[in-house]
Amino acid sequence: MKKKLSKLSENQWFWPIVIFLIIILFNTIMTRGEFLRITIVDGHFYGRVIDIFRNGGKLMILAAGMTMVLATGGTDISVGSVMAISGAIACSIIKGVLLPGLNGSVAAAIILAICAGIVCGLWNGFLVAKVKIQPIVATMILLVAGRGIAQLITNGKIVTINSDAYYFINGGYILGLPFPLYIVVFLVGLLILFVSKTAFGLFLESIGCNSQASKFAGIKVDKYLLAIYTISGCFASVAGLIESAGIKGADCNNAGLNIELDAILAVAIGGTNLMGGRFSIFASVIGALIVQSITTTVLALGVPAAYIRVLKAILIIVICLFQSEKFQALFSKAPKAKKKEGVA
Amino acid sequence: MKKKLLSVVICAAMVSTLLVGCGGKTEQAASNDQATEEAKADEGGADKGGKLVVGFAQIGQESGWRDAETASIQQYAAEHPDEVELKFADAQQKQENQIKAIKSFIEQGVDVIGVAPVVETGWDQVFAEAKDAGIPIVLVDRTADVDEDLYATFIGSDFIEEGKVAAQQMAELIGGKGKIVEIEGTVGASAATDRKTGFDEEIAANYPDIEIVASQTGDFTRAQGKEVMESFLKSNPDIVGVYCHNDDMALGAIEAIKEAGKKPGEDIVTVSVDGIKGIFEAMVAGEANCTVECNPLLGPLFFETAQKLKNGEEVEKWVKSVDGVFTSETAADVIDERAY
Repeated sequence: MKKKLSKLSENQWFWPIVIFLIIILFNTIMTRGEFLRITIVDGHFYGRVIDIFRNGGKLMILAAGMTMVLATGGTDISVGSVMAISGAIACSIIKGVLLPGLNGSVAAAIILAICAGIVCGLWNGFLVAKVKIQPIVATMILLVAGRGIAQLITNGKIVTINSDAYYFINGGYILGLPFPLYIVVFLVGLLILFVSKTAFGLFLESIGCNSQASKFAGIKVDKYLLAIYTISGCFASVAGLIESAGIKGADCNNAGLNIELDAILAVAIGGTNLMGGRFSIFASVIGALIVQSITTTVLALGVPAAYIRVLKAILIIVICLFQSEKFQALFSKAPKAKKKEGVA
Repeated sequence: MKKKLLSVVICAAMVSTLLVGCGGKTEQAASNDQATEEAKADEGGADKGGKLVVGFAQIGQESGWRDAETASIQQYAAEHPDEVELKFADAQQKQENQIKAIKSFIEQGVDVIGVAPVVETGWDQVFAEAKDAGIPIVLVDRTADVDEDLYATFIGSDFIEEGKVAAQQMAELIGGKGKIVEIEGTVGASAATDRKTGFDEEIAANYPDIEIVASQTGDFTRAQGKEVMESFLKSNPDIVGVYCHNDDMALGAIEAIKEAGKKPGEDIVTVSVDGIKGIFEAMVAGEANCTVECNPLLGPLFFETAQKLKNGEEVEKWVKSVDGVFTSETAADVIDERAY
C-alpha cells in the first residue's frame, strides 16, 4: 500500500491533485459544507464545484495548448488577444454585421472564428520557427495588435447578441453537466492521446532540452514549432468562443485580458518546467482548475475587493512552495523519493 | 544569428515608429495651420460680434460614451449656426495634442475653451496662459488637478448622486426591505468609489430594513459581473436585488440569475448605472428593472454655460449634468432614441 502511494506520488500530476483537493476541503470547512452542495436546478446540476469546472473550462483549454509551447522552451503570450479576436468574429457574424451573406449562421461563425485562431497561431509559429524571433517577442506582436484587430472588427463597441444556440457553448448542459466540460474533455483528451501514442511528445521534450541537438538528430524542429503554435492559437480561439458565449457578446477590451499569465501559472503549478523539457498536459489542466478554484475561493469567502489580489498572491506562493522539491523534502523522511525532473 | 536578426527587427520597428510619429506630427501641424488660417479668415471677413466662438479639445475616440458626447456637442453647433461657432480638435488620446489645440484656440481668440482632460496633471501652464488671455476654461466630464481659479467651471455627472438615486430606486423596487448585493467597479476608480459611497450611505440613512449582505468588485466587465453574481447566489440564495456600478456588469449578473433558475427582473431586481443600449434591450425584455443614466449628451449644457461665461454671468464651480432615470416601464418608449 505504502509502495503504491509512493509510486503514485512520483507522477507529475500527483501534487496538483492533492493541492486541488486541499483547496476544496478548505472551502468546504470555511463555508460549513455550502461549497460542496450540489442541487438540481432546471434539470442540471448547480453548485460551486460545477462553477469551477465551467468557468475553468477556457483556462484548462489554454493551459493544455500552453503546456506544449512551454515544453519547447517557448511561450505564447498572445492567447488572450486571440480569444478577443475569435469572440469578435463569431459575435459579429451572428449579429450579421460581418459577412451578412451568412445570415447569422452560428455554425459558420464558430468555424470562421476557429479558422482565425489557426491563422493567428500560424503567424506566431512562422515568426518563431522561420524568422527565428524569440517567442516572447514574436507573440507580443499579436498580444498588442490582436486586441486592436478585435476592436476594428467590432468598431470598438461591445457586440451584444441574443442567440440561444451560441449561448449553449458556455451555458448549455448535457446530462446535467456544463457543456464547456465536454469541450475540454474532447480537446484535451485528443491532445493527450496524440502526444502519448505518437513520438510527438518525445520530440517536443527533446526540442525543449536542446533544439540544436534535436535538429542534428534529425527532428524537423521548425515543423514541430509551427504545429504547436498553431494548436495553441486554435485552442485559444475555442476558449474565446466559450468566453464570449458566456456573456452573450464580444467585449474586446476585456475578453481574455491577462489570461496568458493565468495559463502560464497553471502550467507552472502543474509542475512543467517553463524552460522546456518534461511536461504533462494533464497536470497543467489540474493546475488550471487550481487557479480557477482560487478565484472561486476568494468569492466564496467574501473577501473585500481591495484584498483579493493580495490573497490570491499568498495562495499562489503557498502552492508553489508545495511544488518545490526542497520544501517537499523537509516533510518526507525518505529523500530517495526525489524525482529525476528538470532535465533542462 | 538569432540576436542579430532580433536587433535588425527592433531597429526596423524603431525607425518605423519614428517615421509614423513624424508623419502624425506633420499632419497635426498642417491641421493646426489650417485652423489658424480659418481663424484669420474669420477675423478678416465676417464680424463675429454676436456669435459665441468656442474651442473644444476632445480626448479622441475612446468609447461609445465619448463618441456620444462628441456627437452631442457637434450636433448642437450644427443646429445653431447663427448663434455659435465651434472649433473642434481631436487629440487622439494625447495630452500634447490637447495642449497644442488649447494654445491654438488662445491664439485665435475664442470666447470660451472647453476641454475633456485626457489625464489629470500637467495643465497648470497652459490653463494659466488662457487665463492671462482672459479666456475661461470649461472642464467637461473629467477634472484636472489644478488650482481652482485656473478654470471657470466643471461640467459633469455627480457619481455620489447617481449612487443615491440608485438606492432610492432599489428601495422602491423591493418595497423598502430585504437582502441585496452590490457589484462594484474597478477598485480605485472614482466612478466605483463614489457610486458605492452614495448608494451605501443612502441605504444606511433611510432604509434600515434593507441589508447589503455582500459587495464585491466585478471590474466593470460583463464576464466578471457574471462570475461574482454566480457566487453571491450560492452564498445568499435569499437576495431580492442586485445593484451594479455599471450596466455591463448587470448584463452579466442577469445571465447568472437565469442559470440559478430564477427570473431576473422579478425574483431578483436589478439597478445599474450608465444607460447603455444593451440594458434598455434587457429592460424591454423584462429582465432588468432600472438604470440611472450617466449622461454623455452634454452639448446643450456646455454651450449654455459657455454663453453665460461670455456674458460675464456667475457660474457655479461644478455644473452638474442632468442624469435621467429609466425603468422597465419607460424603457420601450425611449429605446430607439438611445444614441450609445
